Amino acid sequence: MPAYGRIAAAAFRQYSTYRLATAAGVFTNSVFGLIRASILFAAIGGAGGELAGYTALQAATYVWLGQALLAPIEAFGTREISQRVHQGDIAIDLLRPTSFLGLHYAQKLGRAGFLMLGRGLPPLLIGALITGLALPENPWSYPLGLLSLLLAITVAFLADMMVNLAAFWLVETRGLTVVYTATMNLLSGFLIPIVWFPDWLLSIARATPFPSMLQTPVDTLSGRVGPLEALPLVAVQLVWVALLAVAAWAMLRAGVRSVEVQGG
Amino acid sequence: MAEQLDPRDRPVSTARMVLALYGSRLRSQASFRTSFLADLLGQVLIVGTEFLELWVILTQAGTLGGMTLPQVAVVYGLGALAFGIADMFFGEIDSLSTQIRSGRLETLLIRPAPLLLQISSLDLSLRRLGRIAVGLGIYVTALGIAGFSATPATALLAVLAPLAGALVFGALFTMAGAMQFWLVDGREFANAFTYGGNYVATTPGAVFALPLRAFFTFVVPATLVAYAPTLALLGLPGPALVPAWAGWLGLPAAAAAWALAFLLWRAGIRRYTGAGG
Repeated sequence: MPAYGRIAAAAFRQYSTYRLATAAGVFTNSVFGLIRASILFAAIGGAGGELAGYTALQAATYVWLGQALLAPIEAFGTREISQRVHQGDIAIDLLRPTSFLGLHYAQKLGRAGFLMLGRGLPPLLIGALITGLALPENPWSYPLGLLSLLLAITVAFLADMMVNLAAFWLVETRGLTVVYTATMNLLSGFLIPIVWFPDWLLSIARATPFPSMLQTPVDTLSGRVGPLEALPLVAVQLVWVALLAVAAWAMLRAGVRSVEVQGG
Repeated sequence: MAEQLDPRDRPVSTARMVLALYGSRLRSQASFRTSFLADLLGQVLIVGTEFLELWVILTQAGTLGGMTLPQVAVVYGLGALAFGIADMFFGEIDSLSTQIRSGRLETLLIRPAPLLLQISSLDLSLRRLGRIAVGLGIYVTALGIAGFSATPATALLAVLAPLAGALVFGALFTMAGAMQFWLVDGREFANAFTYGGNYVATTPGAVFALPLRAFFTFVVPATLVAYAPTLALLGLPGPALVPAWAGWLGLPAAAAAWALAFLLWRAGIRRYTGAGG
């Protein structure tokens, strides 16, 4: 479908015009990366050079990759669609000759593409210069890592879409967004690697789609988990894509039935 | 009697205006209860996950920056409390760029009340009480466990430190807001100093390499908010650049930061030319 390709390209271009915002994002992202790397280095140094399978270099790679993926997966949540539901603009989206989820997914991919290149790569390069990065030994880690990244963006998109679609039934979704992003930041393995969690928390995290959004692509891309061991993790991502796609679609259908847009 | 002025026409004192502005915001927020509770819970959850991060690291590593878990908890609780108070009054100041862009700032500028007061009261968010409550809870509990012995001096510091820290963060938020008169699209720059400052403040300062520690002590006084006071409160030795006596420097740092913030804010307002019409 060329239409979706053009939508994605338009979203890419739209975001590439905000140059100052991009520079600001890169700067802030890098400062946070430095702070996070410092904390993990101190922890690993205090534990004698290695902490639950992470050396200092691996921890640095984990931090910088995490900072790089933060923008493309939009870890702080989006509120645009919920606002469109509240303002009634959703009716326009539903009238378009493209599927609602397809339209927004294409936009998300275009946006994520720019955010990855514009906001993700520069902090990664800065990190490589300041702390160094552990590169994967097996070349297969790169293609598998990129696939895992695409799936992670998709899982994050679908889950975020479901939070937004809750606006069909809730008057105010800000609280829900805050609860969702706080949970995601912890359980996705963004703040600390999930293998550092105590067992009970690790089991909870593994039962949710959150590790598929960050920990899996980071582990796969960095080669900390070799390509062969990463395959089952990528399969888990695929399962979550399928499950969440069905759930988001069902939510949209139910929501469209209940929605009542005033005016016209 | 008919000549007498209607009391509602009399000029309003600043104190009454402050009360009226903040009061109206409080009442409006209390009227959406479910949303308010979800917001409050969200704030509690954010603070909870941040602390959980430190807790997980400490159960794995034993110490962080030379501090044990209760000591780190004092730093975290104090920092979260200070940031929470500042965030409640000044946290939404970075929505200023939206108002600049949409031309809504004019409506605030023509009102006979200081702009900073209007913005602060306009966006006063009670949900941030969640962060304050959890921060206070962790701070007080951790002080007890970490073996805090109160003398008149340390008791005074224990009370002053969160307030001084809140003033420091308030000044940082105000500077971040003022910066937006120049960098409308670049509001995220400021996050490195406000939210980044909070991140540093809630962490033992010894974990940072010297250049970063120097920056977050002398330029952005984040280590003076919670880490240095904790050293002074618990009688711990400090690392290079942050001696324990620096725990008393919170108020002077806040005064310096506010002086700069006012200058920057005034320059920003003067520079503002308006976009709407």
